[in-house]
Amino acid sequence: MAEQDIPLMAHLMRRAGFGASREELEERAAKGYEETVEELLDPDQNEAFNKFRMLRYHPWAWKPGTMTGHGAGEWMHRMVSTKRPLEEKMTLFWHQLFATGVSKIDHYHELTSMIDLFREKAMGDYREILLGMARNPAMIYWLDNCENHGDAVNENWGRELLELFSMGVGNYTEVDVREASRAFTGWTLTPVPPRGPVGRHSWDFEYKDWDHDHGEKTFLGETGDFNGEDIVDIILKNPATSRFIARHLYNFFVADEPQVPAWSVTPPNDPEAIEAIAQALRDSNYDIRSALRVLFKSDFFKKARYTRIKSHAEVVVGALRLVGGHDFPSPGIGNLSKQPGYMGQELLNPPSVEGWHTGAEWINSGSLMARINFTADLISDTSRPGIQNIINRLKAQGDLSPEAFVDTCLDLMGPLDVGQEVKQELVDHAGAAGALKWGSEEDSAASTNRVSEMLQLVVSTRDYQYA
Amino acid sequence: MTSTKKDPVVVVLQLTGGNDYANTVIRYADPLYRDNRPGIGIPEGQELRIDDEIGLHPAMGAIKEMYDQNQVAIIHGVGYPNSPRSHFRSMDIWHTCAPDRLGTEGWLGRAALDIDPNKENVVTTVCFGPSIFRALVYPGVPVACVGNLDTYGMLPGVTEVDQRAKILDRFARMYVPAIGTGLVDEYLGQIGLDCLAGADILKAAPQLYSSEVEYPDSTIAKKLKGIAQIHEANLGTRIFYCDHGVFDTHANQVGAHGTLWTEVSQAVQSFFDDLREHDAADNVVMLLFSEFGRRLHDNGSGSDHGAGGVAFAIGDTVKGGQYSEYPSLKAEDLEQGDLVPNMDFRGIYSTVLEDHLGLDAKGIVEGEFEKPRFLG
Repeated sequence: MAEQDIPLMAHLMRRAGFGASREELEERAAKGYEETVEELLDPDQNEAFNKFRMLRYHPWAWKPGTMTGHGAGEWMHRMVSTKRPLEEKMTLFWHQLFATGVSKIDHYHELTSMIDLFREKAMGDYREILLGMARNPAMIYWLDNCENHGDAVNENWGRELLELFSMGVGNYTEVDVREASRAFTGWTLTPVPPRGPVGRHSWDFEYKDWDHDHGEKTFLGETGDFNGEDIVDIILKNPATSRFIARHLYNFFVADEPQVPAWSVTPPNDPEAIEAIAQALRDSNYDIRSALRVLFKSDFFKKARYTRIKSHAEVVVGALRLVGGHDFPSPGIGNLSKQPGYMGQELLNPPSVEGWHTGAEWINSGSLMARINFTADLISDTSRPGIQNIINRLKAQGDLSPEAFVDTCLDLMGPLDVGQEVKQELVDHAGAAGALKWGSEEDSAASTNRVSEMLQLVVSTRDYQYA
Repeated sequence: MTSTKKDPVVVVLQLTGGNDYANTVIRYADPLYRDNRPGIGIPEGQELRIDDEIGLHPAMGAIKEMYDQNQVAIIHGVGYPNSPRSHFRSMDIWHTCAPDRLGTEGWLGRAALDIDPNKENVVTTVCFGPSIFRALVYPGVPVACVGNLDTYGMLPGVTEVDQRAKILDRFARMYVPAIGTGLVDEYLGQIGLDCLAGADILKAAPQLYSSEVEYPDSTIAKKLKGIAQIHEANLGTRIFYCDHGVFDTHANQVGAHGTLWTEVSQAVQSFFDDLREHDAADNVVMLLFSEFGRRLHDNGSGSDHGAGGVAFAIGDTVKGGQYSEYPSLKAEDLEQGDLVPNMDFRGIYSTVLEDHLGLDAKGIVEGEFEKPRFLG
C-alpha cells in the first residue's frame, strides 16, 4: 500500500489507540485502513493481556488497598502493553463518562472491578453498560443509590443517569428525575461497606425487593410500575440519548467540544457528524461497535487530524509506547501510573462525577511543563528501542541537510505538521550544527545527541500537545 | 521584581496522610488518654509540657521552643461536619472548602486570583511537590510547580549551559502566540511562555541565596529551604505550598510518628531561623494541617482514620497560645470513636486570608465561619 496512507493510519492509531511505531503503521497501512478499523473493533483477534503474569511480579495489583499509584498500576501496564489498543481506549472513554473516584469510594478494588467491566463491555450494547453501571457497587456507593429507599428516595443516581449518562440537561423534568429514582429504589450493595479498622470487604450488587417502591410511576410520558430496567429502556427510546452519547464519542475520538455542562445550550461544532453517529446508535439498538465503525470510516473523522488536545493519560501512555520496552511488567509500574496524576488526571480519581474537563482545560502552567518534561525525558534516552528505530531510519537516509533532518524527525514523530514558523525554528536550530552525518564514530555520536535534542524540541511544540 | 513594602506571604505545610492529633498534642493528665492509648501512648513525663493538661509530642522540641517564644498557635479540634474518614475526600474538602459537593476550585487558587487579578506575576503561587495541589487550582491562575529548585525549568535534561540557553530560546520562539492560529493555540502559547518566565524568575533564587543556617537532611527541609530561597529573593511570591508525610500511621506508629515530627519541627525551625537572618520573617505565616485526626483508641501498634485534628499557625506575627478547645475524650462524646471537631477549618483559612493576606474570605471559603484570633 502506498506511503501516503501513513498520515491517515497514524491519525487512526493516535485516536483509536495510543499511537503506534512507524513499523506498526507501515504494516497496518499495507493491510489497509478499513481492515485495520475492523481489527481494532474486534479485539479478540489479538492476544489478551496476561493478568497472571502481571500478578506474578506485582501481587499488590490484586485487590489493591488505598495506596495511590497502586490502584491504577495494572491498568497503566495494560494501556502501555496492550495489543488491543481500541479496547483500552474505550475503557478510558467509559471511565471519563462514568467518572467514579477513589476520593469517595476509598476502595480501589471496587474501582478496578468497574474498569474491568468497562473493558469487557467496551464496544458492546449501551443498554448493558448502563445496567452494568446501575448494578455496579462502586457506582451505587458513588452516587448514593445505597441510600435510595422505597420510603426515602435519594435522587443522586437517578439524576446523574439522566443528566450525565444518557440524555443530558433539557430533555427531562424534575418529576422525571424523581420517578426514575423511585424506580431504582432497592438497587443496593451488600454488605454495607465496613469503614472499620480491618481490611476491606468486597461489595456485591443486591436487589432488595422489599425496599423497592412498587407504586405507579410516570416517566417521560409513560406510566407503569417501573423498575430500573424499564427506565433504561425508556431512556434508550429517547433520541436525545443517542445524540448525547454520540457527542461524547465525537469529543473523545474526533475533535474537542465544549465542556459537558454547556451541551444543553451550545450546539455541536459539527451537528451532521453527531447525527451520523447518533443514527448509527439508533439503527443498531445502541451497539457501540456499530457507532464506532461509522465514526472511524467517516470523512469527518479522517479530516480531523490534530484537532484534540491529548489527555494526560494519552500523553503518558503514548510516550511510553513510542519509546518502547514496556511489554514486561517491570518494577516501577505503580510509579508510571501516577504520572498522569502529576499532570492533573489521576486515574481512578476524577475530580467529580462530571469527569475531567477536556480540550484546552487540560493545559495549565504546571501541567504543560509536566507533560513536556515527562515526554522529553523519556525520548532523550537514545537507548530505548523506539528511539533506536528512529535513529536507524535517519541513518538509513545517509547524510541529511538540516531541512531533511527536521522533516524526517517530524515525519517519524507523527507525521506532525507544525506550520511554517515552527518548522523554520527547528531548521534554524538544526542548521547551527550543519548536516547530520553518520560517517565516523565521532560524527555518529554527535548526530545521536542532535537527534535526541531535536526530538525533545519536537515533543515540546504546541502541535505535539494535540492528537 | 523587588518591592519596597513587604507583602504578606502564606506558607502551607500539609501533613499528608492524617496526623494523629491525640499523640501530637497530648492530654497527658487525662486518664482517658492512657485508657485509649495502651499500645502507642506517649509515656507520662516524656511529653513536652505547655501547661498542666497538655504537652507536645517529644519529637517536637523545635516547635516547643517556638511555642515558648509565643510564635505558635495551636488550634484544637479542627475539622468539619460529617467527616468522611477517607484520605482523598477529606483532602479534597480541605483544598476546595466544599464539604457538601465535589469542588474543583482551590481556596488558594481563588486567593491568588484576588491577589493578582491580572496575573501579572507568574510566580505569585509556588508549589513544591510532584504536582499541583488542588488547593492551588483555579482556571487560568498560573502556578509554578517546583520539584527541585536547582533544576527547575523546561527540559531539565538538557544541562550543558550553552546548549540549554539555545534550546530554551528556541522554545520561546516556537511559543510566540502566532496571530490567527486559533484561541487554543494562542492559549497554549501564553501558558508556554508563562512556564519559561516562571522558571527564568525562579532560577535567580538559588544564585542570590546564602545563609548561615544549616538545614537538617530531610525532604521537608529541602522544600522549606527552597521556599526560603524564593522568598528571600523577593520575587513577589505570596503563596507557597508544600507537604510532608506520610502520616498514615496505621501500624508501627511509635517510631514513624516521632520521625515525621522530628523532621517537620527541625525543618520549620531552620526555615524561620533562615528568614530571620535575612530580615524576611515578619511577613510570613505558616499553616500546618492534616486532612483528619486519627481514631482515639489505638489498634495496638497504630491508629486508624478519625475525624477532629489539630492545626498550627506559626510566625513572628502569630499570637502564640491555644485556640478553640480540645474535644472531649469521653466515650459518650465521641462519634464512631473519633474526636468531634469543634473548629471549622474554613474559620482558620478566614483568619489567614483576612487578618494576614488582607483579602475578603467569604467568597473564598464559601461562607462565614468563626475565626480563631491568632493574628492581628
